Amino acid sequence: MRYLPKSDSERQEMLAVIGMKSLDELHAHLPADAVMKRPLDLAPGVSEYEIVDFFKARGAECASGYASFLGAGVYAHYRPVMCDVIASRGEFLTSYTPYQAEMAQGTLMTIFEFQTMICQLTGMDVANASMYDGSTAVPEAAMMACRITGRDKVVVARNVHPEYRQVLDTYLKRQGLPVETAAYDAKRGTVDLDDLARHVDGHTAAVIVQSPNFFGGIEHAAAIAEIAHKAGALLIWVFTEAVSLGLLEPATEADIVCGELQSFAISPSYGGPYAGVIATKEKFIRQIPGRLVGETRDADGRRAFCLTLSTREQHIRREKATSNICTNQALIALMATVFMSVYGKQGLRELATQNLSKAHYLGSRLPLRFEGPFFNEFVAKAKGGSPAAQNALLRERKILGGIPLGDFYPELADCALWCATEMNKKTEMDVVAEVCA
Amino acid sequence: MSGTGKTVQVLNQNEGLLFEQSSPGKIGYQLPPLDVPEVDPKVLGAGNARAGIEDFPEVSEVEVIRHFTRLSTWNYGIDLGLFPLGSCTMKYNPRVNELVARTEGLAWAHPYQPEDLSQGAMEITAQLERAIGEITGMESVTLQPAAGAHGEMTGILLIRSYLEKQGNPRKIVLVPDSAHGTNPATAAMVGYEVRTLKSNDKGMVDPSTLEAAMSEDVAAFMVTNPNTVGVFEENIAQIAAIVHAKGGQVYMDGANMNALVGLARPGDFGMDVMHLNLHKTMSTPHGGGGPGAGAVAARAHLEPFMPTPRLKQVNGSWTWDYSRPDTIGKVRAFYGNFGVLVRALSYIMAHGGPGLRTATMDALLNANYLRKRLEPYFDLPYQSPSMHEVVFSHSRQEKKGAKTMDIAKRLIDYGFHPYTTAFPMIVPGAMMIEPTETEPKQELDLFVDAMVAIAKEIETDPAFVLKAPYNTRVSRVDETMAARKPILRWRAPSPQSRAAD
Amino acid sequence: MYPENYAYTKEHEWVSVEDGVGTIGITDHAQKELGDIVYVDLPKLGMALTSHATFGSVESVKAVSDIYSPISGEVLEVNTLLATAPEKLNEDPHGEAWLVKVKLSAPDEVKSLMSAADYLKYIGE
Repeated sequence: MRYLPKSDSERQEMLAVIGMKSLDELHAHLPADAVMKRPLDLAPGVSEYEIVDFFKARGAECASGYASFLGAGVYAHYRPVMCDVIASRGEFLTSYTPYQAEMAQGTLMTIFEFQTMICQLTGMDVANASMYDGSTAVPEAAMMACRITGRDKVVVARNVHPEYRQVLDTYLKRQGLPVETAAYDAKRGTVDLDDLARHVDGHTAAVIVQSPNFFGGIEHAAAIAEIAHKAGALLIWVFTEAVSLGLLEPATEADIVCGELQSFAISPSYGGPYAGVIATKEKFIRQIPGRLVGETRDADGRRAFCLTLSTREQHIRREKATSNICTNQALIALMATVFMSVYGKQGLRELATQNLSKAHYLGSRLPLRFEGPFFNEFVAKAKGGSPAAQNALLRERKILGGIPLGDFYPELADCALWCATEMNKKTEMDVVAEVCA
Repeated sequence: MSGTGKTVQVLNQNEGLLFEQSSPGKIGYQLPPLDVPEVDPKVLGAGNARAGIEDFPEVSEVEVIRHFTRLSTWNYGIDLGLFPLGSCTMKYNPRVNELVARTEGLAWAHPYQPEDLSQGAMEITAQLERAIGEITGMESVTLQPAAGAHGEMTGILLIRSYLEKQGNPRKIVLVPDSAHGTNPATAAMVGYEVRTLKSNDKGMVDPSTLEAAMSEDVAAFMVTNPNTVGVFEENIAQIAAIVHAKGGQVYMDGANMNALVGLARPGDFGMDVMHLNLHKTMSTPHGGGGPGAGAVAARAHLEPFMPTPRLKQVNGSWTWDYSRPDTIGKVRAFYGNFGVLVRALSYIMAHGGPGLRTATMDALLNANYLRKRLEPYFDLPYQSPSMHEVVFSHSRQEKKGAKTMDIAKRLIDYGFHPYTTAFPMIVPGAMMIEPTETEPKQELDLFVDAMVAIAKEIETDPAFVLKAPYNTRVSRVDETMAARKPILRWRAPSPQSRAAD
Repeated sequence: MYPENYAYTKEHEWVSVEDGVGTIGITDHAQKELGDIVYVDLPKLGMALTSHATFGSVESVKAVSDIYSPISGEVLEVNTLLATAPEKLNEDPHGEAWLVKVKLSAPDEVKSLMSAADYLKYIGE
């Protein structure tokens, strides 16, 4: 087998060193009833060619050649060639978590750069080396807020990504941390500040708000922070569309910023792998979950990097750790770092402006459901009140229309969530306008 | 210098932080011209548009590729040689897996695109679920968890929901003292109190200790098998029976499943639920610390509680089923780390059933070969037969003043990534070595030569070993300084210090 | 090395009592066992400490150790020096690097603690 670098004579040689005659002796000590009595019921191995062929065929069974207006936490952005070129280097791809700093300065320095860029984007002081994804970063941030405040209740806005809220429930419910939901304003789609204020009290550890929110609208950080902070709660600011940070003023009023970096060169890949991140203020660094890389010196005084503040983590503090999280998403974070480096200060702004412009062009030709500013997503009423029927018409024109919202928000069953990025062409949008008119 | 031995010292490029190469106006991108009217950021509302991202890098494409390529050469990976981290299963990452994960219809599949335009992706998921069910001997598999620890959390949540449904979620989770730190951390996150069980003198779970600790307050026992000293729990069936007799569930940490694929199935030896690290056993790359995937396999009685959505076949087509009243909920958005799942299935296809078993046998062979050859030089605290990894202790070398971490650092000078140091906690000064099946004999022999040479150095000049490594681009890194005065990001020098430069 | 007028615990803390106020620290033996100390987590002013219960922790790069209070009482003062210079705990654990000062609520508790000589015997020196 091509992945097993041994000839039978080498195997025999090694067995002889061990003092055995056959490979079977290696497991002769296992309890007899634990050992399999039959071979695995899996087909025999196949060649590289057959593998490629199989996956090509599966790929062909998926949407291909469609213009897509799907967003909702997963965005189609152009991926600069450089991102895969760097991430395919074996020294990055096939290395482990950089525990042995002297042999992993490459990974460590890129993570340090990643942490820095995330701080610059979010306006926070400290960012971790990444989380699994945006949806799991949210409950981790909520648990962090509970530890900091010593309180147990979390209030989340209903226009935070519905799947993120489901994950939040899963994580918090069994820890006895209640989650309450605050309504959105029916006219603007942004958080209903009065309803939020009604939910926030002396037991509230955190207020969780997403901006741009699930409907694409921009939330008002100062007003929401005031409600949270007046009650002694922390404000957790969530983003799913990282490109928006190229144009949007960061919510420096927030105590914790967390979100999803999929937009930064990570292919949609049917939902993962992505990379989440948590950033926060300096004073909370002892409570942040996940890996952190710090700058230090080597024995000869040269600049060096290493994993640090590890006593927060599970391998040392065990059941008292800040989280059970072990790994980060280093390779994905590396791709995002390369993406941020390629676009840079000017490029990220131009990219964000293109997204803003495309979405507003499309938005100007569809019946918007909500008032107020939006970035590259918005909710529009569907033709004849049926997003499904509308999408069926669009599919005939090789277009994947906006996501029907009825499953997540029954009151918006006549609406769809649209997203336009730099990848969408004017001609496609004109077809959408024509079909949906 | 000749081509013998593992390494030769060569030139290595210096490189500063990307920010230090930044200069206003340098660019590394070009966007196509905008085909719609440009919109003024003012539409975002008063105070919502930012001026610019302060100190964000401004570099060219050439500098980007040089920067990251230079940094890559400061790293070590499996592609360069043996990576014997115990419990981490650093095996070869087949490159065809990387290629197929980038197949256009798969890589660009949006999780919310219509199901009838996602059948290929769903078929891959279904085939992998089936393969993992067969390998683990379990009826039900979810691929949603993003990593091993995330899988543990999913598994303990399943147990909690199952017990809740029977009327009492119970209070305690038992964990052996040899367990990975994620086990107790996970149990705490799912709202359980953790009790630690002492291992016996073979490094195994003692059935009588377990029996004494087991009560109707215990929800689950978390066991790693083979355990963290690389030994198969000889009483595993009895362990399961003891836990089940009191109505508890057995969770198996599958971090060491590379020792069992095709040889023994947890579902057959009494385990109720387990996770499998696809980035270990199924060869998907570690990537410097992720992404991974933590598939969870469970017996039929836990199936109703699996995370939503579940794959279901209706009239020959795959569909996602969200209507599952007893579900634990979602543990992450969408369906899991699909890109990692593609790689795992590609690996399973390449080996096939018989090949997977051969791989397991080679993993056992490599570990036992290293054990045999290193045993004369290092102390072996537990004599039980080794499976896929072997744990030595530094006790002989410590008498001369060199500890496991010192030996590890010196190993770097010989061109190897170190083994796992100081874990498991039941072995003082542990040196945990897992070669995996994808190491040629020649590489193992070089490793043995290095370890033996270090053992001899410690005999004659231990002080020399304490300052290792010598041949790396940075000498021993000061982790104490990093923790005392954390610098976790770069900051632009102030204008004053810039002027002084 | 171990001041005669201090009282010691099995968990390697010391307390020195003057006018009903106890100064608490960790012993030289404890700091040696921990290695380079990088962080000290201490209670807030006014917090009530209970003897034998944990009130804070000391961290080295790869270990965390809980600190147990030798006596019961209310925290009057916290050593702020340790926030910026945790290394002082390695350098002067019985002096400059004290942890907290406590107003004793049960002064008799001190009698149950070890003397310097007993502590030395306990740690095998």
